[in-house]
This record gives sequence, structure tokens and C-alpha cells, in this order.
Amino acid sequence: MTYLLKLYVLGKTGKAERAVNNLREICEHQLAGAYELQIIDVLENPQLAEDEKILATPTLIKQLPPPLRRVIGDMSDRDKVLLGLEVHPDTTSSNG
Amino acid sequence: MPHPQEKTPVEKLPTGISSFDVIARGGLPKTRTTLISGTAGSGKTIFAVQFLASGILDANETGVFVTFEESASDIRQNMRSFGWDLQAWEQAGRLALVDASPDPDVEVIESGAFDLGALLARIEHAVRKVNAKRVSVDSLGAIFSQFSDQSVVRRELFRIASALKRMGVTAVLTAERTADYGPVARFGVEEFIADNVMILRNVLEGETRRRTIEILKFRGTDHQKGEYPFTIVPERGLVVIPLSAMQLRQKSSNVRISSGNAEVDAMCGGGFFRDSIILVSGATGTGKTLTVTQFLQGGAAAGERCLLLAFEESREQLFRNATGWGFDFEKMEREGMLRVICDYPEVASLEDWLISIQAIVADFKPQRIAVDSLSALERVGTMKGFREFVIGLTSFIKHQEITGLFTSTTPTLMGGASITETHISTLTDSIILLRYVEMFGEMKRGLTVLKMRGSAHDKDIREFTIDRHGMHVGRRFRNTTGVLAGTPVHVSPSDLERVWSHYDAEPAQTRRPPGARRSTDPRE
Repeated sequence: MTYLLKLYVLGKTGKAERAVNNLREICEHQLAGAYELQIIDVLENPQLAEDEKILATPTLIKQLPPPLRRVIGDMSDRDKVLLGLEVHPDTTSSNG
Repeated sequence: MPHPQEKTPVEKLPTGISSFDVIARGGLPKTRTTLISGTAGSGKTIFAVQFLASGILDANETGVFVTFEESASDIRQNMRSFGWDLQAWEQAGRLALVDASPDPDVEVIESGAFDLGALLARIEHAVRKVNAKRVSVDSLGAIFSQFSDQSVVRRELFRIASALKRMGVTAVLTAERTADYGPVARFGVEEFIADNVMILRNVLEGETRRRTIEILKFRGTDHQKGEYPFTIVPERGLVVIPLSAMQLRQKSSNVRISSGNAEVDAMCGGGFFRDSIILVSGATGTGKTLTVTQFLQGGAAAGERCLLLAFEESREQLFRNATGWGFDFEKMEREGMLRVICDYPEVASLEDWLISIQAIVADFKPQRIAVDSLSALERVGTMKGFREFVIGLTSFIKHQEITGLFTSTTPTLMGGASITETHISTLTDSIILLRYVEMFGEMKRGLTVLKMRGSAHDKDIREFTIDRHGMHVGRRFRNTTGVLAGTPVHVSPSDLERVWSHYDAEPAQTRRPPGARRSTDPRE
């Protein structure tokens, strides 16, 4: 099962950088090799943000697998991100 | 230079919203943000969309609509009833919608710090895309409910407001309030986000709703103060009734027109004045509707179009009555000289009546309007609402140079005055009283011209009769006093002599010359 994730960020801000780093770390631990992450800058692609109805930055959209989920923030609350990805750390082979 | 930093005055952008620009003294402050706060159903969204629609239709100015509450598709659908085709404007590149409404199907989880930068980027993108001059945001309160961290929302709204100013657009932001009289808006910060604040109210008063608009503050520029009634009309949207702004500027005509009855004309010193307002007051059955019928007939005979607004009798009754007095309403209507509108006053609010009367007048362009009776409209609204309606109607009629004849039904059979008269008497140019007079076991009818602004008139109280040919004004009530009060007292000629002997006892210089006509009027 491949995860398709889209992370919408605003420019090259500290918040954007933190979100990207936090998310990559979580994904590498929990979904290694089974995910595709796209990073979209809303300043460069405002129409994409419009089509996806993005309000907050950063916003993570779990496109696949269904159901569609959204997580907003700099991804610093690891449990909330896992909740959004519907990944349960106990049942995966990860060791943290 | 004594004032090197003197600022240029705040420019106004005419919104194009009917009469709103009058109370806003020119429109909304240009390139500024204006908060419109109101309770649910007070018309905020309509104002926000109409602001853009007027720009697109009347001023060739493009717009952006940001919706936090209703979805874009709901907005498109709801606004169709006002004749605004948002979709067509979007396709033509004259309008862009930013849909920031919550999606109930998608769960949003918060994980750490965030901002609303994406929203701002979308608004800026939309403004650039259509080169917008006007932006509406509806409504601020709805965005608070989408996020748990309200301090972030607060901070971000300030950022969006200042970005709107930077972009040089004129913006309208709406906000929810919980009560019509209370805090400006629900979250207590909305009024600080914008430069200007306006309030829309929809107050329940005596079982009727009354909508008003009030400009609370326009930073650095002036506006009319207080609440102004408005109404929401299909195909037009919000229509403001600018009461104080429209009074007493009308022209006054010296041209006389016929009341339709030569004897009444004579009593009025040669007829009514054109663009004057005449009030006919009387108890039920005293001949008010006949006065109206004559007035319309007189108009049609002089080649003037006449409009009758009848609130007491049905069309059939009116036409039958007219036939009974020898007038042919059907023929007048066929020839396009008469239009009759019959309805219960209750079918619409007073504001709506005013707007629909204005629309009928604009369409039919009458020279005469009769309202039978104005007092029937009293029961539709509050006292204040009724007074505003009468002011609005009289002012409108005078501006159009139309002669208006209103009737008022007195609550008591004998004598008396109605609420209508209390409110309207100072607004009218002429007042004619029709009264029952009880004399020696017989009901007679009396008529007097109480007031005739700008003209001499007959001050007698005259008896009149009604037959198959209409109204006949006869002689004045002689040897009788107290006719208007409804309790006439017969005075014998010898008593009259005694009354006058008191006056004769006055010093010689005030004594009347021998043979002078004496009047029973004690005012003389």
C-alpha cells in the first residue's frame, strides 16, 4: 500500500522547513519505501491551493489511501500526524 | 507651508446600492475595509454580494468574493433570485470566488503551529487574476469555528485586513452578532480589524420585522447618523430608505388642478396645487372614497394618468361605487388613464409597500395618486415605521411632481382624529375634513377645508349631499356651532345677536361697520 501525501507550505519560512523535516522523519520511520511526498509552495501555485481549498499552512493532505485526511500545523505533534495518516505505531514494525 | 503633512480627504467609492450611497455620503471609504455586522438573517451576505454585483454591473469594476460560511455553489444558487449570475461573471473573468467554507466530509487535525497564509495567498491570487477593485469577505465569525486556536485566527484576520489595504481594494467584511442591540460582533475583535463599522438590524417589534442599517463609524470621513430602514427586494437586493436625506427639497408648484368637483375647487380657492399632498379625513361612510373617485375622474378628464391604491375595498366594489356615482372606471382603465391596485395592506411590510409603490409609479408615470385609505396601512407596522413610510411616500410623490390624495379614516363616527392625521398633518399641504353632523334627528354631512398651504380658501363648514351624480356642496351650517366636534349646538338668531353684542361693547375702533357680514366663527 503506497501513501500519496501532499504538503502545502508557504514559501521558505521556518515553519515550512520544520513541517517538511518533521514529516519526513515520521514517514521514514513509519512508511519507509511506501510513500510519495509532494511539497507544494502555495505562493508559487496559488491555483492549486484554490482547487484544494487550502486555508492553513502548512497543510498535509493524505490523498491515498482513502479516506481523505488533513493535518495542519508544523507537524510537531507526532501522535496527531500519525492519527491523520491512520498509522498505528504499535502494529507496525517500527522501533521508533 | 503651515500644514506640510495635511492629508488628502478620504475618497468614497459609490457602491451603487440604492440610496445607501446617500446615507454614506458618497459611498464606502475607498481602499479601506468596512465591517458589516448583523444577526443571522439581517442581510449581511446580500449586502456583501450586492457590493460586488453593483461594481460589475454599474461601475465596470471587478470583484472577489471570499466565503467562509456558505459553499461557493450555495452562494451562486442563492444569489440568482436577485438576478445576479455569479457563474457568468466568473466565466467572463469579472468575478472570482474564494471558497473557504468548511468541508464537512474532511476531518482536520491540528498538529503544531500554523497560519492562514494559504488563504491569503488565494485571496491575493484571485485579486490579481481578475484585477479586482472590490473584495467581500463573508463572514469572519465562520472562520473562528473552523480552528481551535482562536488567537491564531485573530492574528491572521488582522494580516488579511492589512493585506487587503495594501492591495488597494475596497473591502467589505461581514461579521455575526448575537443580538440586535449589544456588542458589535460575536468574537469582540472584528470591529478592530476594519477601518469602518456598519450594523444591519432585523428587529422584531410588535410582531413585525423592521430592517435598519446604521453606519457606526467611518474613520476620517463623514456619514449620516442613526438607523435607516431598508428592505430586501427580489431582483434588486437591498434598498435603503434615506429618510432625513430626502426631505424638503422638493419644488412647489403654483399650477392648480381640479379636485374633480367644482364646488370643492371653489372652496380650495381654485383647486388643488399640483405636487401637493391632500389629506381627506372622515369617519366610515362620510364620502372619502367618493372624494377619491372624483379626484381620479377629474384627473382623467384633464388627460392625466391616475393611480389608485385601494386598501379597504375590492376592485369590484370600487368600480361598482364609481358606476353608482356616474363614473366609468373601466373605460378610464381601458384608455390607460387609470390603474387600480387593490390589496390587503398585510401582504407586505411598509418598507416593501414603499418600494413597490415607487416601482409602480416609475412604470405607470401617473400625474395623480390616490391612497384609500392611508390609515389602513397603520396596522401593518409600528408607529415609527408608519411615520417613516408616510414621510417616504409624501417626499417621493412630491419629487415626482405628482398630486397625492390620501384618505384617513377616523376611529369615531362623530368628530375625532386618527393616528394617521397626527403623523401626516404637518406633511400635507391641504386637509379636508368630512364629518357626520347630527341635527334634529337627522344625519347630515359636513365638509370643511381646514388647511390650504399657500392659498386663501373658504373657511366655512358646509353641508354636502351625495346622490347619483356624486357630491354636492351646499350652504354653510347656519346658526350652529360645534359641528366639527360632532356635537352641534343650535344657536337661535337672538342668541347670536347677544353674542355679537359682547363684541359691540368693545371700544369703538374695533367695532364693525354697520351692515358688515357677521360670522358665527368665534375665531373671527
